[in-house]
Amino acid sequence: MTTTRPELLRVEGITKAYPGVVANSDVSFAISEGEIHALLGENGAGKSTMVKMIYGLVRPDTGTMTLRGAAYQPAKPAEARRLGVAMVFQHFSLFEALNVAENVALGMENPPPMRELAARIRAVSEEYGLPLDPSRMVGDLSAGERQRVEIIRCLLQDPKLLIMDEPTSVLTPQEVEILFKTLRQLSSEGTAILYISHKLEEIKSLCDEATILRRGKVVATCTPRERTAREMAELMVGTALKTPERRQGQKGEVALGVSDLSAASPIPFGTSLKGVSFTVAKGEVLGIAGVAGNGQDELLLALSGELKAAADKVRVAGNAVGDLGPVERRKAGLVAAPEDRYGHAAAPDMSLVENAFLTAGVRKGLTKNGFVDWAGTRAFAEEIIKAYDVRTPGPDVAARALSGGNLQKFLMGRELMQGAAVIVINQPTWGVDAAAAAQIRQSILDRAGEGAAVVVISQDLDELLEVSDTFAVLNEGRLTKPRPTEGLTMDEIGLMMGGAHGMEVAHHVQA
Amino acid sequence: MFRLEKRPTPSKFWLYATPPVAVILTMIAGGILFAAMGKNPFEVIRTIFWDPVFGEFAFYLRGQLLVKAGPLILIAIGLALGFRAGIWNIGAEGQYIMGAIFGAAVGLAVFPTENRLIFPVMVIAGAFGGWLWAMIPAILKTRFNTNEILVSLMLVYVAETILAKASTGFLKNPEGMGFPGSRNFSSYPAAQNGFIYEPLGLHWGGVAALVTGVLAYILLTRHQAGFQIKLAGQAPRAARFHGVSPARLVVLCMGISGALAGLAGLFEVTGPAGQISIDFNTGYGFTAIIVAFLGRLNPLGIVLAGFLMALTYVGGEMASTNLGLPDAAIQVFQGMLLFFLLAVDVLTNYRFRLPFSVGAK
Repeated sequence: MTTTRPELLRVEGITKAYPGVVANSDVSFAISEGEIHALLGENGAGKSTMVKMIYGLVRPDTGTMTLRGAAYQPAKPAEARRLGVAMVFQHFSLFEALNVAENVALGMENPPPMRELAARIRAVSEEYGLPLDPSRMVGDLSAGERQRVEIIRCLLQDPKLLIMDEPTSVLTPQEVEILFKTLRQLSSEGTAILYISHKLEEIKSLCDEATILRRGKVVATCTPRERTAREMAELMVGTALKTPERRQGQKGEVALGVSDLSAASPIPFGTSLKGVSFTVAKGEVLGIAGVAGNGQDELLLALSGELKAAADKVRVAGNAVGDLGPVERRKAGLVAAPEDRYGHAAAPDMSLVENAFLTAGVRKGLTKNGFVDWAGTRAFAEEIIKAYDVRTPGPDVAARALSGGNLQKFLMGRELMQGAAVIVINQPTWGVDAAAAAQIRQSILDRAGEGAAVVVISQDLDELLEVSDTFAVLNEGRLTKPRPTEGLTMDEIGLMMGGAHGMEVAHHVQA
Repeated sequence: MFRLEKRPTPSKFWLYATPPVAVILTMIAGGILFAAMGKNPFEVIRTIFWDPVFGEFAFYLRGQLLVKAGPLILIAIGLALGFRAGIWNIGAEGQYIMGAIFGAAVGLAVFPTENRLIFPVMVIAGAFGGWLWAMIPAILKTRFNTNEILVSLMLVYVAETILAKASTGFLKNPEGMGFPGSRNFSSYPAAQNGFIYEPLGLHWGGVAALVTGVLAYILLTRHQAGFQIKLAGQAPRAARFHGVSPARLVVLCMGISGALAGLAGLFEVTGPAGQISIDFNTGYGFTAIIVAFLGRLNPLGIVLAGFLMALTYVGGEMASTNLGLPDAAIQVFQGMLLFFLLAVDVLTNYRFRLPFSVGAK
């Protein structure tokens, strides 16, 4: 069916090199009008660079692009938009203190008067089943609603090609379904969609064609419906994937207990924790899911000790630690790994040795009378680098010089190798390539097998289903009752995540 | 146009090359300034940088170098610890004054008793006075989240008012025939900070400055507190994750810098200055900010920077008396040094790139 549709965009022989890396090398593909085309690849495969070139943010070194038969080389995004190319970014560029209509107006060249714009936003949001009140403050919106603001901003320009960069990472399963309905509707009206993702099941259900990138090169093109997810994954990664093995550990007594923990968020527009309760036994992995911004960061802070509470709200091996800071909690046997690598879990400008000391100083006994044992710290850093296969010239380079995946391996190793009884990790594999992610998940399971109680907070449901024994969801600062992971269906998980946040109605009206 | 690109790791070369390059640029720009004022730029530069060490009066001026460098180094090291942690004590001048007043008051209270313990007790009182004055912005910051830059700076003017009151009122020399100013410590041996080795200008303040430089270097490179100071400055969230209490760090850093500024004031009032007077403070507390940055906030670098700044002081004075250069021109010259230092410093973490040689990121 794709052959019958006229060609919209053709990309031929595009190469783009940055100092030290070739992001794209001789990439070619074509998209027809109304086609949903997947650009598939691991983190760092060159997907983002490719679409930035189509959107006019980056100029290719060599190669040509044609849009409807005419040469296409946008110098800036405004030019791309004028020619009918729109993009929804993975990270939103919205102002939290402004309302929806104002945010939309900021992205337009010649915004109409506010009242007219609000009316148009309403019309478009109803037409495509994306309910959105133009007068609401963006700071009060959920991640899914914020994405709708970005999508509607694009739709107002009546695009011929809509680029979506990892759109589902912030959505519940139900919200994903609604988004897909909208995208299919757009496609049936003739709008082509370039859909970037590494989630294979989504691509199978949504996309007509797929171009698979690995290390900047096109390694395959395929029709996703005719391939299995595993086949595509192996094309994407280049090797056969190992599924983490679960070591049967003994589930022992309770190692971490949290009861009725409430805490105001220290983050502007953050989500406060409301009465969070759970227990984790020795050898157990508790997976905590939830859409970004529902209290994950706050829960990590409250467990690491950066956010204090009443003493008995948090217990490690029966000892009340709720009123203790990070140092005392580490002494008590609880280590934590925050999500943000650059500036929270690690100091970007400091060396790996210094970053090893950052959390391991206490449990590894790396201070004597207040003086730092740098030789011992260096030995520990080298141990982590070796055990976790961290690619670095040595332990003295600044943390920011490492790629995201390598730094994450180092930071995971730092917490997992301290022999702690309780390990809390927020987003263990965020922005990490598939091979490294599999390795990190394996080491989490290994530590649980050795008897550690592990809490994994993640937005990646597949990851949680793979590693966790029990499963709970954070929704607006509240934690659902943990349930055994085995036997949970995607539908049940979606409902635990708060369903589609009242969006079902819109599509029922449509249908 | 060029654009700046962040380096993956800070450049070791520029870390060390920045201060000399900044000094050379200052000489060039300063030379142009002096030429525009109708002076021979080479003569002025030689007078400032060469004559104090190797010129005709070097036998006297060399001693003056350490006399001036001592308080600058002592204050700058304290400031640098705070600056490293992102805590901006701009009011060292006030802490310097209060240290001098507290220390002098203790000594004058027991005048004319002779006892070996008097001077050590005055030293402690001086450090305490500076510490106390720095605690005001520190506690206001930790309790009410006020801005320590503004509060510490404003307290300089309060301290100057107290200084005026001290020299005309409560510390005035009863035998001074009505002139403002306290008794002179040069006629009170037990409370005097005399020269230990005069040809080098070495008094107890100089000893304290050099010892503090070494101790602060050890603190920053070997001690956990030094690690926490650096961490808090570079990545405040990582510092909290490590377990640093921001409030305690503010109190610690403000306290150390206040105490060191107070010490500098005490050594000055009992030594080179000799007495509490209305114009006792000469701006060491502000110039030390330049010294701290010129020394890359590194204690050993600050020791070198302190001598360089002392050179511009001593040489500048020569230039103004021998060549008739106005004081303001010398101050502009010193200001240029900080300006060029901060400008060249960008190259440590960034490099120049031509446009479109890299893509937008």
